Amino acid sequence: MHELPVINSILSVVLKHAEANQVQKVVTIYLQVGAMSDLEDTWMQQYFDHLSKGGVAEGAKLVIERMPVVMRCNSCGHSFEINIKDGTKPVCPSCSGEKHSLVSGREYIIKNMEVL
Amino acid sequence: MSDTVRLIEVKEDILADNNAMAKALNDELTQSKTCLVNLMASPGAGKTTTILATLEKIKNDLKVGVMEADIDSMVDAEKIAASGTEAIQIRTGGFCHMDATMVRTGLEAMDFGRFDLVILENVGNLVCPAEFETGAHINAMILSVPEGDDKPLKYPLMFSICQVLLINKIDYLELSDFNLDLFRQRVLSINPNITIFEISSRTGQGIGPWADWLKDRVKTITK
Repeated sequence: MHELPVINSILSVVLKHAEANQVQKVVTIYLQVGAMSDLEDTWMQQYFDHLSKGGVAEGAKLVIERMPVVMRCNSCGHSFEINIKDGTKPVCPSCSGEKHSLVSGREYIIKNMEVL
Repeated sequence: MSDTVRLIEVKEDILADNNAMAKALNDELTQSKTCLVNLMASPGAGKTTTILATLEKIKNDLKVGVMEADIDSMVDAEKIAASGTEAIQIRTGGFCHMDATMVRTGLEAMDFGRFDLVILENVGNLVCPAEFETGAHINAMILSVPEGDDKPLKYPLMFSICQVLLINKIDYLELSDFNLDLFRQRVLSINPNITIFEISSRTGQGIGPWADWLKDRVKTITK
């Protein structure tokens, strides 16, 4: 259920670009999804299959690239990747600072798509 | 020609439309000196009870309105209204979150300019509300002790987007195996800038410091 509104947004962007490019069929959609996202790849595909029925995007495959979570250190400005699943407090590898801001990791970007 | 596969560059953020609407709404709220708080939590974490306990502490200093979002019921708005605070109920009709357009509809219906503070009680879940910006100045969340200390590992996005976290049902701590230190460490690993309060909306424990923090923030945002 939680995938539905996100997938609906993906589909509307896909259909907009399909129409603008006189596409007959969308084959593959390449997505970049931040590692912060709680949505599962399998369910995203299933919801997409359901919502896209009867249109040019029916049957299209979602290829999902998970983007790393990147923080920027508030003290020295150094950017570094963190693993959000290990639960340890991230420390800046450059200056050992403990205060950081999120740079990326929560994006949903449609990179490009293969079409006929 | 028609059976040749072509590659179309899209490079579009799918949440961009909602984010832009949220930004516009936030600007409008700031101009009318109204602070919007987006309160998120699981079902049963104590959102409505916490709002009621908070209202007791702030209603003499601030003009507050409450927007209740539920999939399909009126019970929360009725509870808030019974306490003497103006409340509006939004039925999302199956949607598991509020987006910026729905929030705008609700705010306009309650004539938001009259309020110093509007508290939006979002739909109870830790997934979708985190994805969709509402235009709020403050994202706040409640995690109650019975839910367990592993939730930051399961719902990292929610913990990452909030400025303040209320650990509710703290009076239940002794009866549970909830590890408060481990929990704080897990939260801070995702969001080092978050402010954390330990509260019990049932006994009133810790509501004072949280309410003072909120009043302070509202005054800064609406001045």
